[in-house]
Amino acid sequence: MATMADFRTSEKSWWCPGCGDFGVLAALQKALVELGVEPEQVALASGIGCSGKIGNYINSYNLHVVHGRSLPAAQGIKLANRELTVIAAGGDGDGFAIGMGHYMHALRRNVDITYIVMDNQIYGLTKGQTSPTSDGGFQTKSTPNGNIEKSVNQMQLAIASGCGFVANGFSANQKQLVEIIKRALRFPGFALVNTYSPCVTFNKTNTYDFYKAEIVNLDEDLSYDRSDRFAAMKKLMETNELVSGIIYEDPNPTRYEDKVTGFREQGIVNQDLAVDPALWAKLVGQYK
Amino acid sequence: MFSEVCWQIGGEQGTGLDSTVEVFNTVASRAGYYVYAYKTFASRIKGGHTDFTTRLGTTRVQAPAPGVNLLVALDQETINLCAKNVYPNAIVLADDAINPTLPEGVSAKLLTIPFNKMTLALGNPLMKNNIVLGASAAFLGLPLEGFKAYASRRWGNKGEEFVALIHTAMEQGYEHVRTNWPDLAIALAPADGKERLLMIGNEAAALGALAGGCRMIFSYPITPASEIAETLVKAFPKVGGIAVQMEDELASIVACVGAGFAGARAMTATAGPGLSLMQEALGLASMTETPVVVVDTQRGGPSTGMPTKQEQSDLLAMAYGGHGDGPRIVLAPGSVEELVPLTAEAFNLADNYHCPVIIASDLALALFQQTVEPEAVELSTLPKVERGPIADPAALAALGRDVFERYSKKTNENGVSERSMPGMKNGQFLATGAEHGAFGKVTENAANRVYMMERRMHRLRTVKTEAVRYFGPANADLVIVAFGTTLGAAKEARAEIEQLTGKQVGVLQIRLIFPVPVAEIQKYVGNGKALVVESNAVGQFAFMLKGSGYNPAGLASLLKYDGNLITVEEIRTAATRVLNGEAQFMVTGGGAGVRNTSDPTIVLESAKEAHV
Repeated sequence: MATMADFRTSEKSWWCPGCGDFGVLAALQKALVELGVEPEQVALASGIGCSGKIGNYINSYNLHVVHGRSLPAAQGIKLANRELTVIAAGGDGDGFAIGMGHYMHALRRNVDITYIVMDNQIYGLTKGQTSPTSDGGFQTKSTPNGNIEKSVNQMQLAIASGCGFVANGFSANQKQLVEIIKRALRFPGFALVNTYSPCVTFNKTNTYDFYKAEIVNLDEDLSYDRSDRFAAMKKLMETNELVSGIIYEDPNPTRYEDKVTGFREQGIVNQDLAVDPALWAKLVGQYK
Repeated sequence: MFSEVCWQIGGEQGTGLDSTVEVFNTVASRAGYYVYAYKTFASRIKGGHTDFTTRLGTTRVQAPAPGVNLLVALDQETINLCAKNVYPNAIVLADDAINPTLPEGVSAKLLTIPFNKMTLALGNPLMKNNIVLGASAAFLGLPLEGFKAYASRRWGNKGEEFVALIHTAMEQGYEHVRTNWPDLAIALAPADGKERLLMIGNEAAALGALAGGCRMIFSYPITPASEIAETLVKAFPKVGGIAVQMEDELASIVACVGAGFAGARAMTATAGPGLSLMQEALGLASMTETPVVVVDTQRGGPSTGMPTKQEQSDLLAMAYGGHGDGPRIVLAPGSVEELVPLTAEAFNLADNYHCPVIIASDLALALFQQTVEPEAVELSTLPKVERGPIADPAALAALGRDVFERYSKKTNENGVSERSMPGMKNGQFLATGAEHGAFGKVTENAANRVYMMERRMHRLRTVKTEAVRYFGPANADLVIVAFGTTLGAAKEARAEIEQLTGKQVGVLQIRLIFPVPVAEIQKYVGNGKALVVESNAVGQFAFMLKGSGYNPAGLASLLKYDGNLITVEEIRTAATRVLNGEAQFMVTGGGAGVRNTSDPTIVLESAKEAHV
């Protein structure tokens, strides 16, 4: 059984001290350990930005792609080898600005991967510009007079797009986040794990204290029914998505892989590539 | 007796002409004739003129025909557009209902058949094209039985009555011609009766991919590439593969990189606009040393350009596109037949060289039907799957963690080191588009950067494949350099040019576009002149030749970028001028014929003067 140490790397972190992403990384590693997954069975695709560097710090097979494209990469990996545990990870800019086109389609395609978003509501690595999840009025280097655009509601989008597992965590609430990620990793289908992961250097508004004060913890609401899609949407609207816990989980999940004609349980990478001569004759024979 | 004939049919798009032509071509192929079939069409679904041309021969035909023997015109527009291309004694067959007239100066025989009236009598508008097929068979001496047999097989599931109606329509067309013009025939020599295959290049690419172990395609619909995925989506369930229609080309190529990273053989298929979108992620594949295969069915560019027209203008984008320096291999099949083994080989090259391999197809190769000899696609003769340098899982497991270097300095003769794949214990690493060290960890160390850049680029110096093929005598006076669709016309022009000029002429097919196989080109061109024939405006391949260090004084160019195929006649004219010392740089097309120009690879007028 793998331990936390098995999932760590020797790489010194480039994240700022106090960065929310440390908490997300630790929760992911802990969830994998608790689920008994071996490091070589994990493939993680990450995007560009501070959070995209997560692949540097976790001992798994990591593919650090171009900006905004962690989701297609993760889907490619999963469909090539469905025996793996496949994770996509990145930030709010990577996922909901440049990567938004892929987000919508990953949600509705429903390949069995887990998407972990480290949302800090700002562009950190480029040193402080507005992000698609920044609040209205938010002042940044690129919005000196305050953000005049509406923010993306990525969790409502997920539910509207048919996503079967929508959760939100807070990097400072490790216990809850570990449980969320474990559940997401076991969920058969696309699972969204958004997290609020504060940028301590460039976002002086959406701080740890801000989230602690504002977030509504669903685990404390015993009457909340996470199998109710309408209730989930209502809760997200009521709280302006400042909510933590599993917001929606489809009680009857399905996944893309099970609907592909002729798709096998064994990963494509583990199958014999030889073509049966009789099949070849049949394929070629179509052109006679 | 003709050893080849050319049949053309034109009418309004969306009136079933596609399947009519498919029937004609298939029946001719089954009768043992070689087929080269091409078409003019527009980027719309219904309406607008479309015409299809089929060249039939008792030996291989591989380029547009110089003229048409039988033109079937279903509207006057077809006559207006196409009649100028018919031979002087050709037959133009039209519906009498349109009161057809021939343009001035066309000396063909105009015959009319009451297609519409006969169709109405049969009570089904679909029968018109079957009457056309029967009439065409009668003029060309093709066996009516072949057409009827095909109809029985193809539409048998629609019921006996329907098939009988088709048979009747075909018979009526046939009989009408035999009765009214018993002495008129375009006597095509009998074929050898051998059963050959007939397919478009996109189907051939799909077959080649399957044989080459490809089990995944991620793509986005685009003209003229879509049939590759459409063919694979039908075949993949039989081998456990998967075809995914992605949300765009950005996702398509990145999913391929993901699948390649995971160890699968994955591909995407696109055309110019898609290739432009894929550039960033092709750099990712180069940087992470991940195998990936792309088919680019080139069409008229830039931007949307001419989606349904021929061009070979993505060469520079394929070889050098995107930001930064990264290795890519670009292959160019010269026929539909060659697309099968070459696509299969592309996957071996990608796995052996750990970099993107791009197949430079083009619209005409992608969409036009050509005869394929069954021997050429015999499974046992196709490239065997070679997976390239892969770490041994047992040896990896024994290593312990943090020992395996994915980007190790222990490389093979190609400068490539073993890769691990997810699932292999202790093979974990970081594949990143950022500059990295041996374990994949990000670093901007200068010495490491130099090593890594040299490491990635070095593999191009050792690419092993059949880079060129030469047709013709050694030490020829002129060597025509051609690739893709243009190869067929160059090969057909060769003997004609020799006859016309009394000089020796060879054709050098470039199969490896990049890295440019300069030594092989030098070897075959020798001290002769070289004429590079390509379908683009700036002489992209000539530019690549020069940039790769090959720039003899006699390097000549023939360019065409009006959307139509380069013809045998155009190559013959250009080659003759080069041999006579009358021209070096020529352009053709747009209705103006072959004309001289200045070196297309040099832009500034002042530089052109300096060059001279």
